[in-house]
Amino acid sequence: MKKLALLAPLAALMVTTSSLSAADFKGSGATFPYSVYQAWIGSYHKATGKEIDYIGKGSSAGIKDASARAVDFAGTDAALSPKELAAAKLYQFPGVVGAITMSYNIPHVNLKLSRAAISEIALGKAAYWDDKVIAEANKGVKLPHQKITFVHRADGSGTTFNFTYYLSKISPEWKSTYGVQKELNWPGDHHVGGKGNTGVAAQIKQTPYSIGYVDYADAKENKLEMATIQNKAGEFVAPTLKAFQAAAAKADLDPKKDFFAAIADPDGKGVYPIVAATFILVPTDAKEMDKKVTAFYDWSYKNGDADASKLGYVPLPNELVKKIQTYWAEKGIK
Amino acid sequence: MEKLFKTVSFMSATLVMVLLASIFFSLFHTAKPAIEEYGFGFIKEKAWDEEVPIENDIAATPVKKEEPKAAVSSDDDDLASMLAGNTSDVPTKTVYGGLIPIVGTLLSTLIAMIFALPIAMGIAVFLAEIAPKQISNIVGIAIELLAAIPSIIFGMWGLFYFAPIVQSFVGGYQVSLLTAGLVLGVMILPFMAAITRDSMRTTPDVLKESAYALGATKFEVIKDIIFPYSKAGIIGSVILALGRALGETMAVAFLIGSVFSLPTSLTSPTVSIPVAMANSFGEATGMKTSALFYLAFLLFIISFAVISIAKFYFLRKDNK
Repeated sequence: MKKLALLAPLAALMVTTSSLSAADFKGSGATFPYSVYQAWIGSYHKATGKEIDYIGKGSSAGIKDASARAVDFAGTDAALSPKELAAAKLYQFPGVVGAITMSYNIPHVNLKLSRAAISEIALGKAAYWDDKVIAEANKGVKLPHQKITFVHRADGSGTTFNFTYYLSKISPEWKSTYGVQKELNWPGDHHVGGKGNTGVAAQIKQTPYSIGYVDYADAKENKLEMATIQNKAGEFVAPTLKAFQAAAAKADLDPKKDFFAAIADPDGKGVYPIVAATFILVPTDAKEMDKKVTAFYDWSYKNGDADASKLGYVPLPNELVKKIQTYWAEKGIK
Repeated sequence: MEKLFKTVSFMSATLVMVLLASIFFSLFHTAKPAIEEYGFGFIKEKAWDEEVPIENDIAATPVKKEEPKAAVSSDDDDLASMLAGNTSDVPTKTVYGGLIPIVGTLLSTLIAMIFALPIAMGIAVFLAEIAPKQISNIVGIAIELLAAIPSIIFGMWGLFYFAPIVQSFVGGYQVSLLTAGLVLGVMILPFMAAITRDSMRTTPDVLKESAYALGATKFEVIKDIIFPYSKAGIIGSVILALGRALGETMAVAFLIGSVFSLPTSLTSPTVSIPVAMANSFGEATGMKTSALFYLAFLLFIISFAVISIAKFYFLRKDNK
């Protein structure tokens, strides 16, 4: 009898907690788009009254969750190949586009980085700021003879994945030695890891003569200096929303391949090269639920541009949205 | 009622044992693939997540990925070809080794103890014996508040305010073994100070007064009466502090630099076991997960060994 009396409040507690977390549907995964998804979820709730949970656990955890059907949708920064999607019985479509900046800390210098300079810095080969490869693009600027401290993410992240993808595109040496990874042991002997984007941003801010890759949203918030970067066409382009949009418009995402691609370093004029798309996964065997998820993203593509731009993300170009809608219709999840 | 009380307390005690054993076995079980793959060599292997060529492995012809080459190579920039990673024909395997995180954990804990132990003893002696009552109370409360600060706050404080100060004194990197060790020291300080003070206060006044009556100075009383009397409590506080320092994750993750390289100086960035786990777990799959669990298993054993050695070695003398 006593045991029962003890159990009763416990049972009551369990019932209340389970009813509290009754969102209409829930997702987990990538942290890179976390803030824009939260903003969209908030606006969507105001507009429709629907409740959505999205937990930023990291891309791999999101993929695991979606494959195990623990969530109704998952976010991932690394697109899955059609083969992987088929194996895990998932559909995939892009959610939003973001940009990665080369943020640096050199007093009184407006830095321009050529493609060679970025890869040499990442490979740990350019040791000093006045190295020839950096100086070439910065004629007339007095670069200090100081050691470069390269700051990178310590934890596994989609930002690292997309940045290493970009490095693989601009540097054959990077591609053959390190390739595309979410986390790696960085080469060179003068680098340091920061925990999360906050950690990297703080390191750059506080360490003179440092440079690192930070997503645009965090770089802006921390008021970091962002380098102007040479694109595929050879132009030097500053990180601005307009240049990001130009890059997103060039993104070659093919619905036939379930949008499987990374979009960094596109061709064309006026594009900022280090851009990244982040993706949504939904199960193929829960179409009714998928329709709710796609309805949310459909709404967000239409109404979420202001939220996205404000946070430093790039809304998907209209043509791409049309492709996604066709993809949904084909798969019967619209 | 007596019986109920006895049963409940017995169950609570058993629960600890069951939990300990189940944690041990689940760690061991998940780490098993890595343990089988790398064996004890894991402890002295410097490489972490590095691809090395397989040396003439006759038994297992590595399963080559039978990707249709034509489809991939038609588009040189295709993501799939890059994800396949290494482009050379030599079969490789990925090696994980625990030397660097193990060294990082032990060194950062050592720095923390070297920094915190004398200060904690000083605080405890001051509070228990020297300070007037009011001051002792105020400082005592401050110490206890310090113990209640969550570790993430120590991490952020360390990163934004303490790291630049350390750098301005000793140079080198802001986030390093030294910074992490010192902040760890600050974190364990209150535990040691508070417990040591409490155990010093249990010294019977009769003993102290007799010593004073025999003409002992304050220093002699502290050295010869109070320290020996409260030894068990002091060692207990050190053990608790060691346990916390070995396993501290969040604050150290912000401060140690998270670079997989052996520290060449106090100000080099390196990595510790809990930090390696916190950083890599979210994105780890397959053998990496297993290797991380192997690290966790080793941390479990290290903590267990350090604490039992401390307990056995120091408390044995008491029973003479």
